[in-house]
Amino acid sequence: MPFESLSIETLGDIYIGLLALAILLYAILDGYDLGVGVLLPPREEAFRDDMIASIGPYWDANETWLVLAVGLLLFAFPDAHSVILQTLYLPATLMLLGLILRGVSFDFRAKVAQVKKRRWDLSFKYGSLLTTLAQGYMLGIWVTGLRTDWWAQGFALLAAFGLTAAYAFIGSCWLILKSESALQEKAIYWARRGLVVLSIGIIAVSIANLTLHENVRELWLTSHWGFVLMAIPIACFCLLSFCGVILKRMPATNGKGEKLPFMIAMTVFILCFTAFGLSYYPFVVPGQMTIADAISDANSLRFLLVGAVIVVPCILAYTFMVYRIFAGKAEKLTYY
Amino acid sequence: MDAFILSRLQFALNISFHILFPTITIALGWYLFYFKLRSNISGHPVWMRMYRFWVRVFALTFALGVVSGVTMSFQFGTNWPGFMEKAGNVAGPLLGYEVLTAFFLEATFLGIMLFGIRRVPNWLHTLATLIVAFGTTVSAFWILSLNSWMHTPQGHEIVDGVIYARDWSEIIFNPSFSYRFAHMLLASGLTASFLIAGLSAYRIFRGDDKIAPRLALKTATYTAAVLIPLQIYAGDLHGLNTLEHQPQKVAAMEGIWETEQGAPLLLFAIPDEESKTNHLEIGIPRGASLILTHSLDGEIKGLNEFEGEHPPVAPVFFAFRVMVAIGLLMLACAWLGSFYLYRNGTLPGWLNKVFMGMSFSGWIATLAGWYVTEIGRQPYLVYGVMKTQDAVTGLPAGNVAFSFALYAITYAVLLFAYMATLTLMCRRSVEIEEITSEEREKAKATKISPLGA
Repeated sequence: MPFESLSIETLGDIYIGLLALAILLYAILDGYDLGVGVLLPPREEAFRDDMIASIGPYWDANETWLVLAVGLLLFAFPDAHSVILQTLYLPATLMLLGLILRGVSFDFRAKVAQVKKRRWDLSFKYGSLLTTLAQGYMLGIWVTGLRTDWWAQGFALLAAFGLTAAYAFIGSCWLILKSESALQEKAIYWARRGLVVLSIGIIAVSIANLTLHENVRELWLTSHWGFVLMAIPIACFCLLSFCGVILKRMPATNGKGEKLPFMIAMTVFILCFTAFGLSYYPFVVPGQMTIADAISDANSLRFLLVGAVIVVPCILAYTFMVYRIFAGKAEKLTYY
Repeated sequence: MDAFILSRLQFALNISFHILFPTITIALGWYLFYFKLRSNISGHPVWMRMYRFWVRVFALTFALGVVSGVTMSFQFGTNWPGFMEKAGNVAGPLLGYEVLTAFFLEATFLGIMLFGIRRVPNWLHTLATLIVAFGTTVSAFWILSLNSWMHTPQGHEIVDGVIYARDWSEIIFNPSFSYRFAHMLLASGLTASFLIAGLSAYRIFRGDDKIAPRLALKTATYTAAVLIPLQIYAGDLHGLNTLEHQPQKVAAMEGIWETEQGAPLLLFAIPDEESKTNHLEIGIPRGASLILTHSLDGEIKGLNEFEGEHPPVAPVFFAFRVMVAIGLLMLACAWLGSFYLYRNGTLPGWLNKVFMGMSFSGWIATLAGWYVTEIGRQPYLVYGVMKTQDAVTGLPAGNVAFSFALYAITYAVLLFAYMATLTLMCRRSVEIEEITSEEREKAKATKISPLGA
């Protein structure tokens, strides 16, 4: 068996790294297409067509990162998977319902009679919203260490709105990149508002986060690393303020800088995710279960690692290729 | 009802709903690749017209498969945590490989296949179609490998009640895998063929006199005519394999309560679990022995040898008969249809209607087949190793009842919407003038007749 020399601790770190990569990519990639769904205006059909066209070639693959993340959690950390998803059974069910509704609406809307199209559009919008709220709620409860008391519920609700705002923000940045004229102006407006809500959300979640776990508070406020760690939220705020300045100047006539808001949004996602990751390593359930408690059998982990080492770079490569192929402004969605 | 029954019902509902869509897309992917190849070779626009119509069916079907598949990936941990705790070391990597080697491939290249034709060179679009078809098949490979291992487990060892993988090639290529894989791929081929033939027949019925539906009907009917005898043969081999490894499943399929020599082949009966007999038997004497042992006096073990270890008899018994009946109906339709299509180029009106009615017959046969094999494995989850009741969730029954009701309603609506949308697409395509004047000129210039090919 290859990778025989890797100890179970190293394997645990590799798999938590893979899991983190899958979740981060999911949050960014499905994040923007969920965000576009949440923003879908019920009254302007032309906008809806263009907005959905902008995510057409991507959403299937974006969602696959969720399947990979759940699969990795299930396989590498089965005990954590059981306890997390059994505690979060109802929100997870609602999230799945949301994903089902939006996924199928995407295809149904293009094929049904005009009168029914709006119904599927609404199902797309509210399916997306249900998904983002449920994901934020689940994230919140997970952060508290799967507590179910009122304080935890309140935090989870805050996280639900925070994550929805984050998705809406990255979604509007995506639209700035992919759309033109009227829709682009609308997207800039959405991005400005999203920016404010997101900033407030980040501050609120960060402060609330410090109240939850003793060791997290210690890490951020009193350890030597604290100074270095503090660079993350500061960088976040510099970037978001910079983004605010850019958005004010938009739309530029020559289309300059259209990529910047999306790049910034992506970087902010990565920074926030890193902050979370550093806070809770080596826990898979904060305060409750560590990587070592939950890790499965080393030989099976090695067997899948062979495939992952070969296949994951290929997946990243062809994903990149597809983004290159469909680069530039979105075209009207026709099955060619 | 307790969480055990509800979890089983919910899992059955989810997986039954899910399998409908991959069953179509696996083979439809290869059909699309064939259409694309014919288009590349002949240059006749009709092949691209067929591609365009069926790729939209593919997209819709694929989307339903994806969303119900995402749901499936959550079910293992939420409803059957015991399965992953005990068998996760085997099941996990196989599922992991499915995601890594198949799901990303399908989902990513589907984007190019659907929306990329103006942005990429033609060869890349053809390649994307091939990759999507290949991806769906690879995904079937992994999931059937895992499922087969649950029927005929080997290559593992059990330490303190937990299963550890010992030899991966033994696990992946377990004794029932090749039979099950072939049986499922052929089932997919037949399901897609009858869907294409049925919907094309519907278009013709609605007065569509273009070339595309006639050509699609012909292609699908000929394909079905070739696949169905292969499927019957593969099914027979699979049955013999089951007799070797899971004799009680075969006993339930044939409704044999007591071990007997020269067992009859029952065409119909009502198995009675209480009295351990059948009522209203109609059968062919010695038929079962002949088929299963290739001897008129062959001994077949009855359910009496597996007291407390055999599956519920009636559902397995009836599901098996439903599957076989549809298989035979398919055989008759495909051969008769091929005969008429070859001789006259069209189907007689009555047969056209029969084909319309058979549009979704593949679904029924596939589900019935899966019920035979999955219910037939009970009371085990991993045959001989782990019982289903040892894997169940500790969730409150109320939660599972809530999610079950939610899924049932959603799926009922979606299934209705799916079938309604397919028929609407057919009706719409009747009115659309398929070949533009420019394409007609081009076709005239090259003087290729695809129907004569």
